[in-house]
Amino acid sequence: MALNTPAGGFFASRLDRMIGWARKYSIFQYPFVTACCGMEYMATACSHYDVDRFGAGMPRFSPRQADVLFVVGTISHKLAPTLKMIYDQMCEPKWVVAFGVCTCTGGFYDNYATVMGIDTIIPVDVYIPGCPPRPETVLDGLMKLQEKIQMGGGGQGSGNWAADN
Amino acid sequence: MNDELLETSTPVATNRMLLSFGPSHPAMHGTIKIDVELDGETVVDAKVEIGYLHRAFEKSCEQGNYMHSIPYTDRLNYVSPLICNFGYAQAVEKLMGIELTERCKYIRVILSELSRITDHLTCIGASAMELGAFSVFLYLIKAREYVYELIEDVTGARVTVSFVRIGGVKADFPQGFEEKTRAVLKKTRLVLDEVDRLLTKNRIFYDRMRDVGVCTRELAIQYGITGPFLRSCGVEYDVRKVTPYLVYDRLDFDVPLGERGDNYDRYLCRMREMEQSMRIIEQAFDRMPQGEINADFEERPIPAAEMRDLSKFGVTEGLVRRQVAAEPTLSGSERAFGNLVNIQNRKVILPPKDETYSNIEALMNHFKMVMTGHGLRPPRGEAYAAVEGANGELGFFVVSDGTDRPYRVRCRPPCFPTMAALPHLLIGYTVADIVPTFGSVNMIGGELDR
Amino acid sequence: MSVTLRKLKENFGGALFDLGSAFGDDFAVVHKDRIVEVSQALRDDPDLRYNFLIDVTAVDYPQRRPRFEVVYHFFSLPLRHRVRLKAPVDGSDPEVPSLVPLWKGADWFEREVWDMFGIRFAGHPDLRRILMYDGFEGHPLRKDYPVNRRQPRVGPRN
Ligand code: SF4
Repeated sequence: MALNTPAGGFFASRLDRMIGWARKYSIFQYPFVTACCGMEYMATACSHYDVDRFGAGMPRFSPRQADVLFVVGTISHKLAPTLKMIYDQMCEPKWVVAFGVCTCTGGFYDNYATVMGIDTIIPVDVYIPGCPPRPETVLDGLMKLQEKIQMGGGGQGSGNWAADN
Repeated sequence: MNDELLETSTPVATNRMLLSFGPSHPAMHGTIKIDVELDGETVVDAKVEIGYLHRAFEKSCEQGNYMHSIPYTDRLNYVSPLICNFGYAQAVEKLMGIELTERCKYIRVILSELSRITDHLTCIGASAMELGAFSVFLYLIKAREYVYELIEDVTGARVTVSFVRIGGVKADFPQGFEEKTRAVLKKTRLVLDEVDRLLTKNRIFYDRMRDVGVCTRELAIQYGITGPFLRSCGVEYDVRKVTPYLVYDRLDFDVPLGERGDNYDRYLCRMREMEQSMRIIEQAFDRMPQGEINADFEERPIPAAEMRDLSKFGVTEGLVRRQVAAEPTLSGSERAFGNLVNIQNRKVILPPKDETYSNIEALMNHFKMVMTGHGLRPPRGEAYAAVEGANGELGFFVVSDGTDRPYRVRCRPPCFPTMAALPHLLIGYTVADIVPTFGSVNMIGGELDR
Repeated sequence: MSVTLRKLKENFGGALFDLGSAFGDDFAVVHKDRIVEVSQALRDDPDLRYNFLIDVTAVDYPQRRPRFEVVYHFFSLPLRHRVRLKAPVDGSDPEVPSLVPLWKGADWFEREVWDMFGIRFAGHPDLRRILMYDGFEGHPLRKDYPVNRRQPRVGPRN
């Protein structure tokens, strides 16, 4: 959008903020749950910790309807192509959250079977470390994600979305 | 032209459809792929593909020493990690001929049963949710949260606990744990009662579970299936009863059995088993030998660092007998507790934490235990030990070559045979039955693929 | 000496390299060609009645000849005893007869041993990789497979 005209620039920034605000409270997540971190993912999603407070209570089990990909648990080389395919199927703008240290860096599984961090395969926006992260940490990560969404544009991987705008 | 087309194409009725469930499907919690072949709505063939969560457990165990394997065992069955911990330790202890202290045995029993409860809660919750009973899932996870709090009180972690030590456990129960546990059991019973009223006689639930996914006892035995699954077919096999370990032979509990081996029986078995687990916990608390905790210390515990500084300045009078407070995360592993819980062999178990922090012998002992090439050395040989995991017989086969590294650690996963038998439970039923059947057999990826 | 060991010694003395009891477990080392026969006897003998095949696995001893040892665990529910059979297998062309005709559960366990150790099971209906993927080279649980040699299908190679 044209930023050099004062009025237009003003309007664009307000609109962006408006869109960001709307988006950050309607996180449709795709939980790609594989392993132990899923236990804490469940705990976070249920009534004790209640992610619904952050507008993220609605998992969509189709990548085409989701805009945040939660990668929860170890990714093995056998599973890696599936993860990549799911990521590719998501519509832009899209964000990726690496949940647990296995997805951040590989964690303590440094062996022939595991991927050393999903960022070697797909771009990641928020890293939530911990093995598994406590629900409080997850909520913190979720708030970081919201900030990032509020700031506008797509996630790391959303190609030229921000530039096109 | 239309007629021609009709003639050449196959009639609709015999049109087979291939459908691929997973590896990322909401109902395939964990990761597994089922390729089903459908004729209309009926499943005529199913192929199960596993290995998506293979994390090289067995290879990783060969890399470090015997204690390094403990965190890996947590992540086998991450819904009931404590049982996996104890199973592994039991195999190594068998190899070393270690006899645990009485209190330690009770601690292990209580924690195993708490773990079993979390596992069954999760299994029933998840499979009910997949049938649309979302509120049941919320209730059961609420109950699981209570139990997690207990586990956190003892171990310091919610899921990945790494609580066991060869020859003992990391720490004793914190103060007031018994009362807290009894209170939690009471609350859990209320939740279970509520769930029982919501599900057991629920028409929809009943119709979708009853006579679906039937497994005969012959088939189950052929496949080597164990645990609640086998018991739901009417075979009375529970490792805790048949080859008792720890103190299970002294506790009074029943083994719930099913009759038909269908999904509904598996659900009922799990529900009843939780009740039995709670009974075990209560009995164990009653019979557990109590420690004379803090008996010979009157003064307030002194922080380890302060004690070290005092002795540096030569203030040693009465210091040896003072109780030392290690930092909060290590509480429960002090001398007074540790001696009661852990065996007294300094070549096997780490010294109590307050001693490590306050005197040089214990510090050296500690270093020696964790240094590569020293530490725990079981004699050359091999041993197999089985415990009753939440899904069945969880066995560990440990081969030692006399050094401080395990030569080979093999985990016998209870899920593995059930998944091998899964096609038999799916074929002949409709496509909508796949999800409840799969949910009721309770597959845990970490344990299945290791 | 337990019933199992006595029976095994009486009936299969020629097929056994060793038998005994260590750390509370009974074990017998069996010639690999006789493994089906011996297991069948364990299952069908009215004094033994080992109805569960609990586990099939293997251990790799690169220095030993023969190199591999396939390890079977059996359990008898009616008589409540356990036994371990071990079959040494040569490293150059490891092959053992399959137990699938006796226990269906052997199917996946043997596939796993093939996948992890590269030991073939003669007569197995469908011997494919089970935990690793097609295109994976080598057998990761062999001692000579480096623990972190990865064979990724997407993403960078190391
Ligand atoms: S980060 Fe830890 S808890 Fe999470 S999947 Fe990895 S090993 Fe499991």
